[in-house]
Amino acid sequence: MIGAFSQAARLRAAGILGINCRNARYTLVHNPRSLYGLVDDKLATKKLAADAGISVPDLYGVIEIQRQVRELPDLVSGYEDFVIKPAKGSQGEGILVVTGRARGLYRLADGQLMDAAALCYHVSTILSGVYSLGGQPDRAMIEYRIRFDPVFEALSYRGVPDIRIIVFVGVPVMAMVRLPTRLSHGKANLHQGAIGAGVDMATGRTLDAVWRGERIGEHPDTGERVHGVAIPGWPDLLRMAARCYELTGLGYLGADIVLDRERGPMILELNARPGLAIQIANGAGLRRRLQRVERERARLTGIDERVAFALSEFAAVGAC
Amino acid sequence: MKRLHVVLLATALSIAGLALFAYKVAALGFPLLPDARIETWRVEIQLRFVADGRPVKARLMLPVLDPGFTVVDQSFASPGYGVTLSADSSRPAAVYSIREARGEQVLYYRAVIHRNLAPSEASAPSVPATGDAPVAAVPQLGGAELAAAKSIVEAAQRQASDAETLAGLIIKRLKEARPGDEADFLLGYQPSTARIAQVGLMLLRLAGVPARLVRGLPLLPERRDAHFVRWIEVYGEGEWHTVHLLETKPPAARDVLTWWRGAGPIVAVTGAQDVAHSVAVSRSYEFALEGVVREGRRLERKLVEFSLFGLPLQTQSVFHSLMVIPIGILLLVILRNVVGVKTFGTFMPVLIALSFRQTQLAWGLVFFGIVLAAGLTVRFYFERLRLLLVPRLAAVVIVVILIMAALSLVSHRLAFDRGLSIGLFPIVILTMTIERMTITWEELGAGEALQQAAGSLAVAALCYGVMNLPIVDHLAFVFPELLLIVLAILLLLGRYSGYRLVELWRFRKALKG
Repeated sequence: MIGAFSQAARLRAAGILGINCRNARYTLVHNPRSLYGLVDDKLATKKLAADAGISVPDLYGVIEIQRQVRELPDLVSGYEDFVIKPAKGSQGEGILVVTGRARGLYRLADGQLMDAAALCYHVSTILSGVYSLGGQPDRAMIEYRIRFDPVFEALSYRGVPDIRIIVFVGVPVMAMVRLPTRLSHGKANLHQGAIGAGVDMATGRTLDAVWRGERIGEHPDTGERVHGVAIPGWPDLLRMAARCYELTGLGYLGADIVLDRERGPMILELNARPGLAIQIANGAGLRRRLQRVERERARLTGIDERVAFALSEFAAVGAC
Repeated sequence: MKRLHVVLLATALSIAGLALFAYKVAALGFPLLPDARIETWRVEIQLRFVADGRPVKARLMLPVLDPGFTVVDQSFASPGYGVTLSADSSRPAAVYSIREARGEQVLYYRAVIHRNLAPSEASAPSVPATGDAPVAAVPQLGGAELAAAKSIVEAAQRQASDAETLAGLIIKRLKEARPGDEADFLLGYQPSTARIAQVGLMLLRLAGVPARLVRGLPLLPERRDAHFVRWIEVYGEGEWHTVHLLETKPPAARDVLTWWRGAGPIVAVTGAQDVAHSVAVSRSYEFALEGVVREGRRLERKLVEFSLFGLPLQTQSVFHSLMVIPIGILLLVILRNVVGVKTFGTFMPVLIALSFRQTQLAWGLVFFGIVLAAGLTVRFYFERLRLLLVPRLAAVVIVVILIMAALSLVSHRLAFDRGLSIGLFPIVILTMTIERMTITWEELGAGEALQQAAGSLAVAALCYGVMNLPIVDHLAFVFPELLLIVLAILLLLGRYSGYRLVELWRFRKALKG
């Protein structure tokens, strides 16, 4: 019991944000319920971002009703590779990445082959709402498959690595790189077994990483060192993330950005309830940074000031 | 600002709850502990019949004077009917009458019964005779029957020392009837207790001993469909003696309320058809009402009547279950938001815990495990059929119902009646659990799915443990205002922004050095 209180005191001293605190003080206060629809529906997010001139993966098509499912093979016939996603999916569930074709079958990111019927069934399940929050009927979107930047080539096992940036009232406060592993089946979600590497906000270089709750130095599948990888165009990424505040009106959000080797950074999706594991990846607490932003909020009006603030104030402690 | 608002609201609710609670305990004398009660029962007789427009008269036997018990309060709920009480104090009865009635009629008789204090019970083990000494009416019997009856009576008379032992010997002889002997001849094939009583009375009268049939109501803690039991009284040495018909005395013989004497039924209705009656008994705390009534305090009496005790008995037993749900929910919220346990579905563990109240914990867990395992198997098979969500869920619902029916049948065949209560499992909750578990299983692996299932069951077991504590059940039912305090705690928990217990462990890696 005493141990629990002293551990709580240590976490508080380190500024670690708990889920109750995140909900009560941040998401409930800064994220009006009416705006959730903008980010819970990835189609809405995509349209919003594209209209504002923010780069997003191209949309190939949308399947909205069961009748359209049979048109799927025709729809994708013009594309060698593509991604099928539930528009309202959460935590990366229900996403199917097709990397190519072989003998009339579709090759998935994990090397598996799938026939057209199985692909159509997957789309039907998406429509019936299995992957959506609350099981409400959903839409399936078919979009451009990211060809990710070689910077993380050696640090990814299949799948697409992405960069999660937490943005509080327009100020980027913390970031991590999520690297897919064999365990995560190419998915970039920490709870599914992906690696989370902290990012030094000042330089855009990766810090230590966590995998399945443990601190690690190398990628478990590739053996490459995770620490010290520089993310190209870091200030641009921060700027892109910061713009999502004006875009959606959400005060507390997580922006997931991918680096395409040809098209540069793209917003993949936004999250109104971003997870807290990013603190473990960074070995730092969010609370202190959020409180600093709250204090300085008045003068952080323009996007340049906000990005500059993030670059200058949130350098990793003891980063080499 | 919002925080202050919530704190003020919670304080107001707590004060209101505590004040009402304290008033009921201190001023009205509601018992704090479940065992602190004086034994009090409520009996409710429901009388149903179909009237066809003629005058209706229903004669309902009322409880006679019983030295062990006192009828504190009785009421007759009878819309449109006049009620008169019969003057004969040895055979009290209520007569409900109406000039014209049509359609289905429902009449109620409700009584509140107290056990009298022990001394009077000990000093009067038998029933004192009222009026003149009764005379046994000699029964009319045919030749063969008379011979058989005489043979039994004479055999018993040779051993008996008085009327009471004679009656005991005759009843024993009747119960030990073997095929082909005199007793068997008189009783007929597979005699009921009623038949034994009838023949016993006839034999006693033949022996010249005054005897009568008595019907009484066993006062059990909770009985929705109670039945009257019967025994015989014989007269000898100036008083009536009780002779039980059952091998052993009734489980708690002192908890049987003598209702009426004589051969007739409890209710006789003229001018109507399809007469049926049902009797419900429940132990309750009406003594508080009695104290209040005696002192003539109107306001308090209203308050007691307005409490859950004012509801019909059957509804009361429903509320016994309902009132403990908030306690289970409070525990669930603490486990989820303060401890951080993951469960399938928000309130699923509480609903499962509620059904454990019927099955008992161990069997509840076993049944739940079986239904879940069988349901998952079928659900995994359905996965291969590629069904759409809603039809698939509907199919799983049907499978769950079939599994439950099969389990009930199997356990009934094995003469294991606990299995029958499985029908009370919440089917839809089970289905959703199966569905969520399958998805978790596929997305996050069997380990995570089993872990969450185990977590849900552990929470359900814990909720069951707390909801089933007699003191919790008692307090929640007798003092519903305490739920205002539960509400206040929940409001405060709604603003709790501290760490969850599991986060202390989860974020340990975020601490450097």
